Amino acid sequence: MSMLTTPIGMSEVLTLSAFLFAIGLYGLFTRRGIIAILMCIELMLNAVNLNLIAFDRLYVHDGTGQVMAIFSIAVAAAEIAVGLALTINLFRLRFTTNADEADNLHEPNAFRN
Amino acid sequence: MQLLFFLFAFVTVIGALGMVLSRNIVHSALFLVLSFIGLALIYFALQAPFLGAVQLMVYSGAVAILIIMAIMMMGRADMSISAPVQSLSKRFVGAGMAALIFVLLGLATTLTPLPISSAAGSATEAQDLAVLLLSNFALPFELAAVILLAAMIGALMLARGGNAS
Repeated sequence: MSMLTTPIGMSEVLTLSAFLFAIGLYGLFTRRGIIAILMCIELMLNAVNLNLIAFDRLYVHDGTGQVMAIFSIAVAAAEIAVGLALTINLFRLRFTTNADEADNLHEPNAFRN
Repeated sequence: MQLLFFLFAFVTVIGALGMVLSRNIVHSALFLVLSFIGLALIYFALQAPFLGAVQLMVYSGAVAILIIMAIMMMGRADMSISAPVQSLSKRFVGAGMAALIFVLLGLATTLTPLPISSAAGSATEAQDLAVLLLSNFALPFELAAVILLAAMIGALMLARGGNAS
């Protein structure tokens, strides 16, 4: 019964935020499709928002962290709109959404031909 | 209250893991929606009901729909393998680096002496955030409006194909 009455601890929320960020980072390294990469970036941004709101609730409870989270949500929405518009344009040109194949500006180096 | 948080956290982590591990990109998008909804529930539990509603409306209601529409516009023949991943060795390296970041962040959060949360304070309603947005944060508020306008115009121009007319 004590789990129902104890308030939410700060370390638990911050650990969850770090875990979500790490999962998004793994997806960012691993996935090849551009839309999948954008989705992982959104997950990482959400983890950061959770961090901001946790600090607002559990440290200084005056709403500043929540205002920061509102701005983060606004900028992330703008970014995903422009990112998806760019992806649609890239698909019209190359007919692929594989991020490895958008390499027109790529110079040959030691890691890739 | 902590039991509720663990339940919502479990839902969010299931959504996140399903998103990065799924081979079908539509399944990934739907798992991401589950993750967004779980996070909105956590915001409600953290005395931020306005942020919870904003998260539901903007992320799970608009960003996720935008992602799914973009996925449908770039249709592939076989959706079940529509999300290619890197080779196994690169996945292990990625998992190692992500685990390293998680361990470092986890150590930073559990070792620093943060104040123990007090009893549940008052929920930050819309009027409290409105007072802050229009007094302390008035300049970022206006700049965010400009950013959203610029993004809207830019996305329209890009999606149309960039014709000058």
